[in-house]
Amino acid sequence: MSLLSVRSLSVTLRNRPVFRDVSFEIGPGEFVGLLGPNGAGKTSLMRASLGLIRADGDSSLAQMSASDRARAVAWMPQSREIAWPIPVERLVALGRLPHLPQGRTLPPAEQAYVDRAIERMGLDAFRGRAASRLSGGEQARALIARALAQDTPLLMADEPAAGLDPAHQISSMQVFADLAAEGRSALVSLHDLGLAARHCTRLILMAEGGILADGPPAEVLSTELMAQAFGISIWHRETENGPVFQPLEVL
Amino acid sequence: MIRLMLFLSGTVVILFLIALTAGPADVSARDSLAALFDDSYGPLSLVMWEIRLPRALLAVIIGAALGLAGAAMQGYLRNPLAEPGLIGVSSSAALGAVIAINTGLAASATLGLPFAALAGALMGVFLVMALAGPQGGSLTLILAGIAISAMAGALTSLVLNLSPNPFAANEIVFWMMGSLADRSFVHVGLVLPFAVVGAVILLSLGRGLDALTLGEDAAQTMGVNLKRVRLWLVLGTASVVGGATAVAGAIGFIGLVVPHILRPLVQGQPSRLLWASALGGAIMLQMADIAVRLILPSRDLKLGVVTALVGAPLFLHLIYKTRKGLV
Repeated sequence: MSLLSVRSLSVTLRNRPVFRDVSFEIGPGEFVGLLGPNGAGKTSLMRASLGLIRADGDSSLAQMSASDRARAVAWMPQSREIAWPIPVERLVALGRLPHLPQGRTLPPAEQAYVDRAIERMGLDAFRGRAASRLSGGEQARALIARALAQDTPLLMADEPAAGLDPAHQISSMQVFADLAAEGRSALVSLHDLGLAARHCTRLILMAEGGILADGPPAEVLSTELMAQAFGISIWHRETENGPVFQPLEVL
Repeated sequence: MIRLMLFLSGTVVILFLIALTAGPADVSARDSLAALFDDSYGPLSLVMWEIRLPRALLAVIIGAALGLAGAAMQGYLRNPLAEPGLIGVSSSAALGAVIAINTGLAASATLGLPFAALAGALMGVFLVMALAGPQGGSLTLILAGIAISAMAGALTSLVLNLSPNPFAANEIVFWMMGSLADRSFVHVGLVLPFAVVGAVILLSLGRGLDALTLGEDAAQTMGVNLKRVRLWLVLGTASVVGGATAVAGAIGFIGLVVPHILRPLVQGQPSRLLWASALGGAIMLQMADIAVRLILPSRDLKLGVVTALVGAPLFLHLIYKTRKGLV
C-alpha cells in the first residue's frame, strides 16, 4: 500500500517550468530525504503533491478531500508561522483538530497524542511558554511536534532541520527515522547532506527540472551525482561510526 | 478561561443594570427597575420601556457584534491591527445612510435611514467579494476592502460637498459620529436578526481560525477550506457590521481594541477570543454609552467620539507595551 503516489507531475509557476514529469511512490516505513539545489523545486514538488498549488499530472494526496487528506498527511511548511502567543501545548494540540468533531476541548485520549509529540521533541520544559516568543529553533521543534500530533501515516516537512542546533538536528532526524521504524513514513526536504547520509532510508535528488536520482543514500550521494546536481566535490565513506559525508569544494 | 467568561458576563449584567438606571430623570434605581415590571409607575414605565431598555439592549447587541467581528477579522488576517471596517462594509453602509439623509429619504420614511444603510452594506459586500476573486487568499481581500472603503469615503465626502443645505450636512456629520440615543424597539428588532445570524456564522469559524494560526498552507492541510472560511467571514462580518452601522452609525475602535486587550487573557487562541471579545465589546460599548450620559448629558456627546477618545490612548498604551515586550 503506498502512502503517496505521484505520476508525471509537472509544475509551472508564472510561465516558468519548475519541474516536469516527476513520478515516485512512498510506501510505509520509509524516511525519504528530498535533496536538491536552491530553486530545484523541492517545495513546489511537496506543495503540488499535497494539492496546494496547481499542477499537471496525478498525486494521490491532491485527489483527496480536505478532511481525508488531513488524516492521511501532516504538512510542516518552510515558513514557520505562529501568529499568536499561544502556549506550546495548545499549539501542538492544534494538530489534533482534523480528528476532533466540532467542539474544542481535548478529550484525555487526544491529550496522549499531544503529550507524546511534546516528549518526542523534548519540549516538556516549554509547555506553558508562548510559542511565538520562542527562538527560531524552538519554534521549529514546536511545529514539528504539531505535525507529529496530527498522527498521520505520512509526514511531510519542508526543511525542518534548518535553524536547529546540532543536537536537535540529530534528534529530529532520529524522530523521523523512528516514525519510519514504526511503519509510518516521512518525506523531508534537507540541505544538510551529512544528516541525509546518516538518517534517511531513501533519497530523492532533484535537479535540472526533474528527479535526477532516487534510491538508497549510498547510491544517490555519489561523486558524479553531487557534482552534477550541486557542483561540489565530496568525501563520502562508510566508517565504523556509520556513513560520513562531507562536502569539500565548489567545482 | 471559565473564570474570565464568568467575570465578563457578570460585568455585562452589572453594566446593563447601571445603563437602565442612569438617565436625566431624577428617580431611584429601585423605582426605575420596578417600573419595568409594573405599569402603575405611569410615565416612568414608559421611559424605561421606550427609552432606556432599547438603548441598553442596543449597546449590548452592537458592542458584542463589533467585538466578535473584530476578533474574527484579526484571527483570519493574523494581524492584531485588523478591524471589522477593513472589508469596507461599514463605510459603504455609512454611504447609504448619508445618501438617505441627503435625499430626504431618512426624514420621509420611518426606517428609511437604516434600510438605506443596509442596502449600502449589501452593495459593499458584493463589490468586495467580486473584487477579492475566487481564491481563498487574504491579501486580495484586504486590498479590495481598502479600495471600497476609499471609494465609499470619497462618495460620502462628495455628498457632503454637494449638500444643498447646511442642516443636511450637519445631520450627516453628527450621524456619522455614531449614537444610541433616541432608538426604540423597532431598531432593536432591526439589528437583532443581523447580529444573531452574523454571530452564529462568526462563532462557527473558531476551528478554522485556530488552524490559521499556523498559516494558510498548514491550515489547508489540516482540513480547513480557506475559501469557505473567507466567504463566511465576509458574510458574517458584513451582517453584524452592516446591521450595527445602520442602527447606530459608525462606532470605531471596539473591534480593534477589545480583541487586543483580551488576547493575553485567553492565551492567544483565536477560537476562545471570539467569545471573550463578544462579551468585551458589549462591556466597552455599554461603558461608553453610560459615559456619554453621565459626562455631558446636556450636550449630546456622540458615542463614536467617546469610543475613539478612550480607544486611541488605550491602543497607544498597548503599542507601548508591545514595543517593550519586543526589546
